[in-house]
Amino acid sequence: MQVDQLARTILWEELVKGFSLTLRYLFRRKVTLNYPYEKGPLSPRFRGEHALRRYPNGEERCIACKLCEAICPAQAITIESEPRPDGSRRTTRYDIDMTKCIYCGFCEEACPVDAIVEGPNFEFAAETREELFYTKEKLLENGERWEREIAMRLEADAPYR
Amino acid sequence: MAEIFWGTIWPLILLVVYTLAIIVPLLVAVAYLTYAERKVIGGMQLRQGPMFVGPYGLLQPLADGVKLFFKETVIPSRANKGVFVIAPMLTFILALIGWAVIPFGDGLVLADINVGILYLFAVSSLGVYGIIMAGWASNSRYAFLGALRSSAQMISYEIAMGMIIISVLLTAGSLNLSDIVRAQAEQGWYVIWHFPMFMIFLVSILAETNRLPFDLPEDEASLVTGYNVEYSSMTFALFFLGEYANMILMSAMATILFLGGWLPPFDVAPFTWIPGPLWFILKICAVLFVYIWARATLPRYRYDQLMRLGWKVLLPISFGWLVLTAGVLVAFDLVPG
Repeated sequence: MQVDQLARTILWEELVKGFSLTLRYLFRRKVTLNYPYEKGPLSPRFRGEHALRRYPNGEERCIACKLCEAICPAQAITIESEPRPDGSRRTTRYDIDMTKCIYCGFCEEACPVDAIVEGPNFEFAAETREELFYTKEKLLENGERWEREIAMRLEADAPYR
Repeated sequence: MAEIFWGTIWPLILLVVYTLAIIVPLLVAVAYLTYAERKVIGGMQLRQGPMFVGPYGLLQPLADGVKLFFKETVIPSRANKGVFVIAPMLTFILALIGWAVIPFGDGLVLADINVGILYLFAVSSLGVYGIIMAGWASNSRYAFLGALRSSAQMISYEIAMGMIIISVLLTAGSLNLSDIVRAQAEQGWYVIWHFPMFMIFLVSILAETNRLPFDLPEDEASLVTGYNVEYSSMTFALFFLGEYANMILMSAMATILFLGGWLPPFDVAPFTWIPGPLWFILKICAVLFVYIWARATLPRYRYDQLMRLGWKVLLPISFGWLVLTAGVLVAFDLVPG
Protein backbone atom coordinates (compact mmCIF):
# COMPACT_ATOMS: atom_id res chain seq x y z
CA MET A 1 0.00 0.00 0.00
CA GLN A 2 2.71 2.44 0.95
CA VAL A 3 4.82 1.51 -2.04
CA ASP A 4 1.79 2.07 -4.22
CA GLN A 5 1.23 5.49 -2.67
CA LEU A 6 4.90 6.37 -3.02
CA ALA A 7 4.92 5.37 -6.67
CA ARG A 8 1.86 7.50 -7.33
CA THR A 9 3.51 10.48 -5.66
CA ILE A 10 6.79 10.10 -7.52
CA LEU A 11 5.07 9.66 -10.87
CA TRP A 12 2.89 12.72 -10.19
CA GLU A 13 -0.26 10.70 -10.81
CA GLU A 14 -2.63 13.37 -9.53
CA LEU A 15 -0.93 16.12 -11.47
CA VAL A 16 -1.03 14.10 -14.67
CA LYS A 17 -4.73 13.40 -14.17
CA GLY A 18 -5.53 17.04 -13.46
CA PHE A 19 -3.51 18.37 -16.36
CA SER A 20 -4.99 15.89 -18.81
CA LEU A 21 -8.47 16.87 -17.65
CA THR A 22 -7.89 20.56 -18.33
CA LEU A 23 -6.30 19.73 -21.67
CA ARG A 24 -9.36 17.70 -22.67
CA TYR A 25 -11.60 20.59 -21.69
CA LEU A 26 -9.62 22.93 -23.94
CA PHE A 27 -10.97 21.06 -26.97
CA ARG A 28 -14.59 20.86 -25.83
CA ARG A 29 -17.30 23.04 -27.28
CA LYS A 30 -17.41 26.41 -25.52
CA VAL A 31 -20.58 27.11 -23.58
CA THR A 32 -20.34 30.91 -23.57
CA LEU A 33 -22.58 32.84 -25.93
CA ASN A 34 -20.99 35.79 -27.65
CA TYR A 35 -23.80 37.88 -26.18
CA PRO A 36 -24.73 40.87 -28.26
CA TYR A 37 -24.20 38.78 -31.42
CA GLU A 38 -25.52 35.47 -30.10
CA LYS A 39 -28.49 35.12 -27.78
CA GLY A 40 -29.96 32.27 -25.85
CA PRO A 41 -33.45 30.89 -26.57
CA LEU A 42 -36.42 32.56 -24.85
CA SER A 43 -39.57 30.84 -23.62
CA PRO A 44 -42.87 32.13 -25.06
CA ARG A 45 -43.72 32.90 -21.43
CA PHE A 46 -40.72 35.14 -21.02
CA ARG A 47 -41.74 38.31 -19.22
CA GLY A 48 -39.77 41.25 -20.53
CA GLU A 49 -40.56 44.84 -21.43
CA HIS A 50 -44.25 45.75 -21.46
CA ALA A 51 -46.22 46.70 -24.54
CA LEU A 52 -49.78 47.86 -25.26
CA ARG A 53 -51.28 46.15 -28.26
CA ARG A 54 -53.77 47.31 -30.90
CA TYR A 55 -56.37 45.42 -32.93
CA PRO A 56 -55.51 44.78 -36.58
CA ASN A 57 -57.76 47.73 -37.56
CA GLY A 58 -55.57 50.03 -35.46
CA GLU A 59 -57.93 50.46 -32.50
CA GLU A 60 -56.37 50.25 -29.03
CA ARG A 61 -57.23 47.02 -27.26
CA CYS A 62 -57.17 48.52 -23.78
CA ILE A 63 -60.68 49.25 -22.46
CA ALA A 64 -59.53 50.90 -19.23
CA CYS A 65 -60.98 48.18 -16.98
CA LYS A 66 -58.07 48.83 -14.59
CA LEU A 67 -57.74 45.15 -13.65
CA CYS A 68 -54.02 45.34 -14.23
CA GLU A 69 -53.75 48.41 -12.03
CA ALA A 70 -55.66 46.60 -9.32
CA ILE A 71 -53.66 43.36 -9.43
CA CYS A 72 -50.23 44.93 -9.78
CA PRO A 73 -48.42 43.90 -6.56
CA ALA A 74 -45.83 46.63 -6.94
CA GLN A 75 -48.44 49.28 -7.77
CA ALA A 76 -46.39 50.26 -10.75
CA ILE A 77 -49.35 50.92 -13.06
CA THR A 78 -51.35 54.17 -13.09
CA ILE A 79 -54.42 54.47 -15.31
CA GLU A 80 -56.83 57.35 -15.95
CA SER A 81 -59.74 57.08 -18.34
CA GLU A 82 -62.80 58.86 -19.78
CA PRO A 83 -65.39 58.00 -22.44
CA ARG A 84 -64.51 59.00 -25.94
CA PRO A 85 -66.98 60.99 -28.14
CA ASP A 86 -68.01 57.70 -29.86
CA GLY A 87 -69.03 56.33 -26.46
CA SER A 88 -66.24 53.75 -25.99
CA ARG A 89 -64.16 53.79 -22.83
CA ARG A 90 -60.46 54.36 -23.42
CA THR A 91 -57.50 55.36 -21.29
CA THR A 92 -56.21 58.90 -21.29
CA ARG A 93 -53.20 57.90 -19.27
CA TYR A 94 -51.48 54.55 -18.92
CA ASP A 95 -48.16 54.77 -17.04
CA ILE A 96 -45.92 51.95 -15.91
CA ASP A 97 -43.06 52.76 -13.59
CA MET A 98 -40.51 50.23 -14.85
CA THR A 99 -38.33 50.86 -11.81
CA LYS A 100 -41.13 49.58 -9.57
CA CYS A 101 -42.26 46.72 -11.79
CA ILE A 102 -41.25 43.26 -10.60
CA TYR A 103 -42.07 41.55 -13.92
CA CYS A 104 -44.51 39.10 -12.30
CA GLY A 105 -46.77 39.06 -15.36
CA PHE A 106 -50.00 39.49 -13.37
CA CYS A 107 -51.09 42.48 -15.51
CA GLU A 108 -50.81 40.34 -18.61
CA GLU A 109 -52.83 37.55 -16.96
CA ALA A 110 -55.47 39.92 -15.62
CA CYS A 111 -56.07 41.62 -18.95
CA PRO A 112 -59.36 40.42 -20.52
CA VAL A 113 -58.46 41.70 -24.01
CA ASP A 114 -54.72 40.84 -24.24
CA ALA A 115 -53.92 44.55 -24.37
CA ILE A 116 -51.07 44.79 -21.89
CA VAL A 117 -48.43 42.12 -22.48
CA GLU A 118 -44.87 41.51 -21.46
CA GLY A 119 -42.88 41.04 -24.63
CA PRO A 120 -39.61 39.28 -25.37
CA ASN A 121 -37.44 42.40 -25.11
CA PHE A 122 -35.14 42.49 -22.10
CA GLU A 123 -32.65 45.04 -23.44
CA PHE A 124 -34.24 48.31 -22.45
CA ALA A 125 -31.63 49.61 -20.03
CA ALA A 126 -31.63 53.41 -19.84
CA GLU A 127 -29.21 56.00 -18.60
CA THR A 128 -31.68 57.92 -16.42
CA ARG A 129 -34.58 56.98 -14.15
CA GLU A 130 -36.95 59.22 -16.11
CA GLU A 131 -36.54 57.12 -19.23
CA LEU A 132 -37.95 54.15 -17.29
CA PHE A 133 -41.24 55.88 -16.44
CA TYR A 134 -43.16 54.50 -19.42
CA THR A 135 -46.14 56.43 -20.73
CA LYS A 136 -49.02 55.26 -22.90
CA GLU A 137 -47.28 56.53 -26.05
CA LYS A 138 -44.12 54.61 -25.25
CA LEU A 139 -46.11 51.43 -24.50
CA LEU A 140 -48.13 51.65 -27.70
CA GLU A 141 -44.95 52.25 -29.64
CA ASN A 142 -43.48 49.12 -28.05
CA GLY A 143 -46.62 47.28 -29.10
CA GLU A 144 -46.11 48.30 -32.71
CA ARG A 145 -42.44 47.42 -32.66
CA TRP A 146 -42.87 43.97 -31.07
CA GLU A 147 -46.33 42.99 -32.36
CA ARG A 148 -45.08 40.17 -34.59
CA GLU A 149 -43.05 38.51 -31.80
CA ILE A 150 -45.76 39.09 -29.22
CA ALA A 151 -48.47 37.56 -31.42
CA MET A 152 -46.28 34.54 -32.11
CA ARG A 153 -45.62 34.08 -28.42
CA LEU A 154 -49.26 34.38 -27.45
CA GLU A 155 -50.17 31.83 -30.07
CA ALA A 156 -47.43 29.43 -28.96
CA ASP A 157 -48.49 29.65 -25.34
CA ALA A 158 -52.27 29.65 -25.95
CA PRO A 159 -52.75 25.83 -25.59
CA TYR A 160 -51.39 25.98 -22.04
CA ARG A 161 -53.41 28.93 -20.79
CA MET B 1 36.28 61.19 -39.67
CA ALA B 2 35.34 58.06 -41.58
CA GLU B 3 37.56 56.11 -39.23
CA ILE B 4 35.67 57.37 -36.19
CA PHE B 5 32.35 56.60 -37.89
CA TRP B 6 33.23 53.02 -38.87
CA GLY B 7 35.21 52.48 -35.68
CA THR B 8 32.85 53.69 -33.00
CA ILE B 9 29.56 55.09 -34.24
CA TRP B 10 28.66 52.34 -36.71
CA PRO B 11 29.05 49.51 -34.16
CA LEU B 12 26.93 51.55 -31.75
CA ILE B 13 24.20 51.95 -34.34
CA LEU B 14 24.36 48.24 -35.09
CA LEU B 15 24.09 47.48 -31.39
CA VAL B 16 21.01 49.66 -31.06
CA VAL B 17 19.44 48.00 -34.10
CA TYR B 18 20.18 44.51 -32.74
CA THR B 19 18.82 45.43 -29.33
CA LEU B 20 15.62 46.81 -30.85
CA ALA B 21 15.35 43.72 -33.03
CA ILE B 22 15.16 41.71 -29.83
CA ILE B 23 13.15 44.04 -27.61
CA VAL B 24 10.37 45.04 -30.00
CA PRO B 25 9.33 41.48 -30.95
CA LEU B 26 9.69 40.58 -27.29
CA LEU B 27 7.22 43.26 -26.21
CA VAL B 28 4.79 42.17 -28.90
CA ALA B 29 5.24 38.60 -27.67
CA VAL B 30 4.51 39.76 -24.13
CA ALA B 31 1.32 41.46 -25.27
CA TYR B 32 0.18 38.38 -27.13
CA LEU B 33 1.18 36.12 -24.26
CA THR B 34 -1.51 37.84 -22.18
CA TYR B 35 -3.94 37.21 -25.02
CA ALA B 36 -2.90 33.56 -25.31
CA GLU B 37 -3.24 33.18 -21.56
CA ARG B 38 -6.78 34.52 -21.55
CA LYS B 39 -7.75 32.41 -24.54
CA VAL B 40 -6.27 29.18 -23.19
CA ILE B 41 -7.59 29.61 -19.67
CA GLY B 42 -10.94 30.58 -21.16
CA GLY B 43 -10.90 27.46 -23.30
CA MET B 44 -10.09 25.24 -20.36
CA GLN B 45 -13.01 26.76 -18.47
CA LEU B 46 -15.31 26.35 -21.49
CA ARG B 47 -15.34 30.10 -22.09
CA GLN B 48 -14.36 31.92 -25.25
CA GLY B 49 -11.90 34.44 -23.88
CA PRO B 50 -11.56 37.88 -25.49
CA MET B 51 -13.77 38.05 -28.59
CA PHE B 52 -14.72 41.67 -29.17
CA VAL B 53 -11.73 43.80 -30.06
CA GLY B 54 -10.80 42.81 -33.57
CA PRO B 55 -11.36 39.39 -35.15
CA TYR B 56 -11.33 36.75 -32.39
CA GLY B 57 -10.29 39.52 -30.00
CA LEU B 58 -6.86 39.70 -31.58
CA LEU B 59 -6.49 43.42 -30.90
CA GLN B 60 -7.34 43.04 -27.23
CA PRO B 61 -3.71 43.38 -26.02
CA LEU B 62 -3.44 46.69 -27.89
CA ALA B 63 -6.66 47.93 -26.33
CA ASP B 64 -5.37 46.91 -22.89
CA GLY B 65 -2.11 48.72 -23.54
CA VAL B 66 -3.88 51.89 -24.65
CA LYS B 67 -6.14 51.73 -21.62
CA LEU B 68 -3.23 51.41 -19.21
CA PHE B 69 -1.35 54.16 -21.00
CA PHE B 70 -4.13 56.70 -20.63
CA LYS B 71 -4.85 56.03 -16.98
CA GLU B 72 -3.66 58.36 -14.30
CA THR B 73 -0.45 57.47 -12.50
CA VAL B 74 -1.29 57.62 -8.82
CA ILE B 75 1.62 57.99 -6.42
CA PRO B 76 0.46 57.44 -2.83
CA SER B 77 1.24 60.48 -0.67
CA ARG B 78 2.98 58.38 1.96
CA ALA B 79 5.06 56.45 -0.54
CA ASN B 80 8.78 56.90 -0.96
CA LYS B 81 8.43 58.54 -4.34
CA GLY B 82 11.86 57.93 -5.80
CA VAL B 83 11.97 54.25 -4.99
CA PHE B 84 8.30 53.88 -5.86
CA VAL B 85 8.94 55.06 -9.41
CA ILE B 86 12.25 53.25 -9.85
CA ALA B 87 10.91 49.83 -8.77
CA PRO B 88 8.75 49.08 -11.84
CA MET B 89 11.45 50.35 -14.17
CA LEU B 90 13.98 48.08 -12.48
CA THR B 91 11.69 45.07 -12.81
CA PHE B 92 11.09 45.82 -16.45
CA ILE B 93 14.73 46.49 -17.32
CA LEU B 94 15.91 43.36 -15.53
CA ALA B 95 13.37 41.31 -17.41
CA LEU B 96 14.73 42.68 -20.69
CA ILE B 97 18.51 42.62 -20.18
CA GLY B 98 18.53 38.87 -19.69
CA TRP B 99 17.76 38.54 -23.39
CA ALA B 100 21.21 39.84 -24.30
CA VAL B 101 22.77 36.40 -23.86
CA ILE B 102 19.97 34.24 -25.26
CA PRO B 103 21.06 32.46 -28.45
CA PHE B 104 18.17 32.42 -30.91
CA GLY B 105 20.09 30.33 -33.38
CA ASP B 106 23.63 29.14 -34.00
CA GLY B 107 25.56 32.41 -33.62
CA LEU B 108 22.39 34.49 -33.40
CA VAL B 109 23.16 36.04 -30.05
CA LEU B 110 23.70 39.65 -29.02
CA ALA B 111 26.40 38.99 -26.41
CA ASP B 112 28.08 35.60 -26.72
CA ILE B 113 29.71 35.75 -23.30
CA ASN B 114 31.42 32.79 -21.68
CA VAL B 115 29.43 32.90 -18.47
CA GLY B 116 26.03 33.41 -20.11
CA ILE B 117 24.19 31.10 -17.76
CA LEU B 118 25.69 32.85 -14.73
CA TYR B 119 24.64 36.22 -16.12
CA LEU B 120 21.12 34.94 -16.75
CA PHE B 121 20.91 33.53 -13.27
CA ALA B 122 22.21 36.76 -11.74
CA VAL B 123 19.70 38.85 -13.69
CA SER B 124 16.77 36.66 -12.68
CA SER B 125 17.92 36.85 -9.06
CA LEU B 126 18.10 40.63 -9.22
CA GLY B 127 14.44 40.65 -10.21
CA VAL B 128 13.59 40.33 -6.54
CA TYR B 129 14.90 43.87 -5.94
CA GLY B 130 12.24 45.45 -8.10
CA ILE B 131 9.57 43.63 -6.15
CA ILE B 132 10.91 44.33 -2.70
CA MET B 133 11.53 47.98 -3.56
CA ALA B 134 7.96 48.26 -4.79
CA GLY B 135 6.59 46.65 -1.66
CA TRP B 136 8.67 48.77 0.65
CA ALA B 137 8.20 52.08 -1.16
CA SER B 138 4.42 51.66 -1.39
CA ASN B 139 4.19 52.02 2.39
CA SER B 140 1.21 49.69 2.36
CA ARG B 141 0.77 46.50 4.36
CA TYR B 142 -0.48 44.35 1.52
CA ALA B 143 2.28 45.47 -0.80
CA PHE B 144 4.91 44.88 1.86
CA LEU B 145 3.64 41.41 2.72
CA GLY B 146 3.55 40.54 -0.96
CA ALA B 147 7.11 41.73 -1.42
CA LEU B 148 8.33 39.75 1.60
CA ARG B 149 6.67 36.60 0.36
CA SER B 150 8.02 37.13 -3.10
CA SER B 151 11.62 37.61 -2.00
CA ALA B 152 11.56 34.61 0.35
CA GLN B 153 10.03 32.46 -2.37
CA MET B 154 12.38 33.52 -5.13
CA ILE B 155 15.45 32.95 -2.97
CA SER B 156 14.23 29.49 -1.91
CA TYR B 157 13.56 28.28 -5.40
CA GLU B 158 16.68 29.82 -6.87
CA ILE B 159 18.80 27.42 -4.84
CA ALA B 160 17.06 24.39 -6.30
CA MET B 161 17.33 25.96 -9.74
CA GLY B 162 21.03 26.55 -9.18
CA MET B 163 21.59 22.87 -8.41
CA ILE B 164 19.67 21.86 -11.52
CA ILE B 165 21.71 24.23 -13.65
CA ILE B 166 24.96 22.85 -12.21
CA SER B 167 23.90 19.33 -13.24
CA VAL B 168 23.40 20.60 -16.77
CA LEU B 169 26.68 22.50 -16.74
CA LEU B 170 28.59 19.41 -15.62
CA THR B 171 27.18 17.46 -18.53
CA ALA B 172 27.72 20.21 -21.08
CA GLY B 173 31.10 21.32 -19.78
CA SER B 174 30.48 25.00 -20.51
CA LEU B 175 28.82 28.09 -19.06
CA ASN B 176 28.25 29.51 -22.53
CA LEU B 177 24.61 29.12 -23.55
CA SER B 178 25.43 28.47 -27.21
CA ASP B 179 27.95 25.80 -26.20
CA ILE B 180 25.35 24.16 -23.97
CA VAL B 181 23.03 23.87 -26.96
CA ARG B 182 25.86 22.59 -29.18
CA ALA B 183 26.70 19.98 -26.54
CA GLN B 184 23.10 18.82 -26.74
CA ALA B 185 23.50 18.36 -30.49
CA GLU B 186 26.12 15.71 -29.74
CA GLN B 187 24.78 14.19 -26.54
CA GLY B 188 21.04 14.41 -27.13
CA TRP B 189 18.70 16.82 -25.41
CA TYR B 190 19.15 17.07 -21.66
CA VAL B 191 15.43 16.61 -21.16
CA ILE B 192 16.23 12.92 -21.79
CA TRP B 193 19.27 12.63 -19.53
CA HIS B 194 18.03 14.97 -16.84
CA PHE B 195 14.30 14.33 -17.10
CA PRO B 196 13.53 14.59 -13.35
CA MET B 197 15.55 17.80 -13.23
CA PHE B 198 13.56 19.16 -16.17
CA MET B 199 10.32 18.60 -14.29
CA ILE B 200 11.74 20.20 -11.15
CA PHE B 201 13.03 23.06 -13.27
CA LEU B 202 9.53 23.63 -14.61
CA VAL B 203 8.18 23.76 -11.07
CA SER B 204 10.96 26.09 -10.01
CA ILE B 205 10.42 28.56 -12.84
CA LEU B 206 6.75 28.74 -11.91
CA ALA B 207 7.83 29.74 -8.42
CA GLU B 208 10.63 31.97 -9.67
CA THR B 209 8.30 34.09 -11.78
CA ASN B 210 5.56 34.10 -9.12
CA ARG B 211 3.06 32.31 -11.29
CA LEU B 212 0.27 30.03 -10.21
CA PRO B 213 0.24 27.71 -8.29
CA PHE B 214 2.99 29.68 -6.53
CA ASP B 215 1.69 33.22 -7.00
CA LEU B 216 1.53 33.95 -3.29
CA PRO B 217 3.14 37.38 -3.69
CA GLU B 218 0.04 38.49 -5.56
CA ASP B 219 -2.47 36.27 -3.86
CA GLU B 220 -5.73 38.03 -4.74
CA ALA B 221 -7.67 36.41 -1.95
CA SER B 222 -5.42 37.46 0.90
CA LEU B 223 -3.24 40.28 -0.41
CA VAL B 224 -5.46 42.00 -3.01
CA THR B 225 -2.67 41.86 -5.60
CA GLY B 226 0.39 41.97 -3.39
CA TYR B 227 3.42 44.10 -4.13
CA ASN B 228 1.84 46.05 -6.99
CA VAL B 229 -1.36 46.98 -5.20
CA GLU B 230 -0.53 50.72 -5.07
CA TYR B 231 0.56 50.92 -8.69
CA SER B 232 -1.54 52.19 -11.55
CA SER B 233 -1.24 53.11 -15.20
CA MET B 234 2.20 52.76 -16.78
CA THR B 235 3.98 51.91 -13.55
CA PHE B 236 1.64 48.93 -13.20
CA ALA B 237 2.04 48.13 -16.87
CA LEU B 238 5.81 47.95 -16.42
CA PHE B 239 5.40 45.38 -13.64
CA PHE B 240 3.02 43.45 -15.80
CA LEU B 241 5.31 43.54 -18.83
CA GLY B 242 8.23 42.62 -16.60
CA GLU B 243 6.42 39.60 -15.19
CA TYR B 244 5.46 38.29 -18.60
CA ALA B 245 8.86 39.06 -20.14
CA ASN B 246 10.35 37.11 -17.24
CA MET B 247 8.07 34.20 -18.01
CA ILE B 248 9.31 34.16 -21.58
CA LEU B 249 12.91 34.51 -20.41
CA MET B 250 12.55 31.55 -18.06
CA SER B 251 10.94 29.52 -20.84
CA ALA B 252 13.88 30.40 -23.06
CA MET B 253 16.20 29.25 -20.29
CA ALA B 254 14.36 25.94 -19.98
CA THR B 255 14.52 25.57 -23.76
CA ILE B 256 18.27 26.18 -23.89
CA LEU B 257 19.14 24.01 -20.92
CA PHE B 258 16.87 21.05 -21.58
CA LEU B 259 15.07 21.25 -24.90
CA GLY B 260 18.06 21.78 -27.17
CA GLY B 261 17.64 25.49 -27.96
CA TRP B 262 17.51 25.98 -31.72
CA LEU B 263 18.05 22.31 -32.56
CA PRO B 264 15.35 20.40 -34.44
CA PRO B 265 14.01 17.35 -32.58
CA PHE B 266 15.45 14.94 -35.16
CA ASP B 267 18.32 15.72 -37.47
CA VAL B 268 16.48 14.47 -40.57
CA ALA B 269 14.89 16.12 -43.60
CA PRO B 270 11.46 17.53 -42.71
CA PHE B 271 12.65 18.81 -39.34
CA THR B 272 15.84 20.45 -40.60
CA TRP B 273 13.90 22.53 -43.15
CA ILE B 274 12.50 24.68 -40.37
CA PRO B 275 15.14 27.26 -39.39
CA GLY B 276 16.68 27.14 -35.92
CA PRO B 277 15.22 30.36 -34.49
CA LEU B 278 11.74 29.09 -35.37
CA TRP B 279 12.37 25.86 -33.47
CA PHE B 280 13.59 27.96 -30.58
CA ILE B 281 10.42 30.06 -30.58
CA LEU B 282 8.20 26.98 -30.92
CA LYS B 283 9.85 25.38 -27.92
CA ILE B 284 9.46 28.57 -25.90
CA CYS B 285 5.78 28.60 -26.79
CA ALA B 286 5.44 25.01 -25.63
CA VAL B 287 6.96 25.86 -22.24
CA LEU B 288 4.77 28.95 -21.99
CA PHE B 289 1.74 26.79 -22.67
CA VAL B 290 2.73 24.71 -19.65
CA TYR B 291 2.82 27.92 -17.60
CA ILE B 292 -0.71 28.82 -18.65
CA TRP B 293 -1.89 25.24 -18.42
CA ALA B 294 -0.67 25.04 -14.83
CA ARG B 295 -2.52 28.24 -14.04
CA ALA B 296 -5.76 26.81 -15.38
CA THR B 297 -5.30 23.51 -13.56
CA LEU B 298 -3.82 24.01 -10.14
CA PRO B 299 -5.06 25.81 -7.04
CA ARG B 300 -2.72 28.12 -5.14
CA TYR B 301 -0.32 26.63 -2.62
CA ARG B 302 -0.37 27.59 1.02
CA TYR B 303 2.76 29.47 1.99
CA ASP B 304 4.20 26.83 4.34
CA GLN B 305 3.54 24.16 1.70
CA LEU B 306 5.41 26.25 -0.82
CA MET B 307 8.41 26.58 1.48
CA ARG B 308 8.33 22.90 2.37
CA LEU B 309 8.22 21.91 -1.29
CA GLY B 310 11.15 24.18 -2.09
CA TRP B 311 13.45 23.31 0.79
CA LYS B 312 12.51 19.77 1.74
CA VAL B 313 11.61 18.21 -1.58
CA LEU B 314 13.05 19.99 -4.60
CA LEU B 315 16.35 21.03 -3.03
CA PRO B 316 17.32 17.54 -1.72
CA ILE B 317 16.28 15.89 -4.98
CA SER B 318 18.25 18.32 -7.11
CA PHE B 319 21.24 17.96 -4.77
CA GLY B 320 21.02 14.19 -5.03
CA TRP B 321 20.80 14.38 -8.80
CA LEU B 322 23.81 16.68 -8.90
CA VAL B 323 25.87 14.16 -6.92
CA LEU B 324 24.59 11.35 -9.15
CA THR B 325 25.44 13.27 -12.32
CA ALA B 326 28.92 14.10 -11.09
CA GLY B 327 29.43 10.50 -9.95
CA VAL B 328 28.35 9.03 -13.27
CA LEU B 329 30.50 11.47 -15.23
CA VAL B 330 33.59 10.62 -13.18
CA ALA B 331 32.95 6.90 -12.97
CA PHE B 332 32.55 6.43 -16.71
CA ASP B 333 35.19 9.02 -17.52
CA LEU B 334 32.71 11.19 -19.41
CA VAL B 335 33.72 14.57 -17.94
CA PRO B 336 33.62 16.98 -20.90
CA GLY B 337 36.29 19.50 -21.84
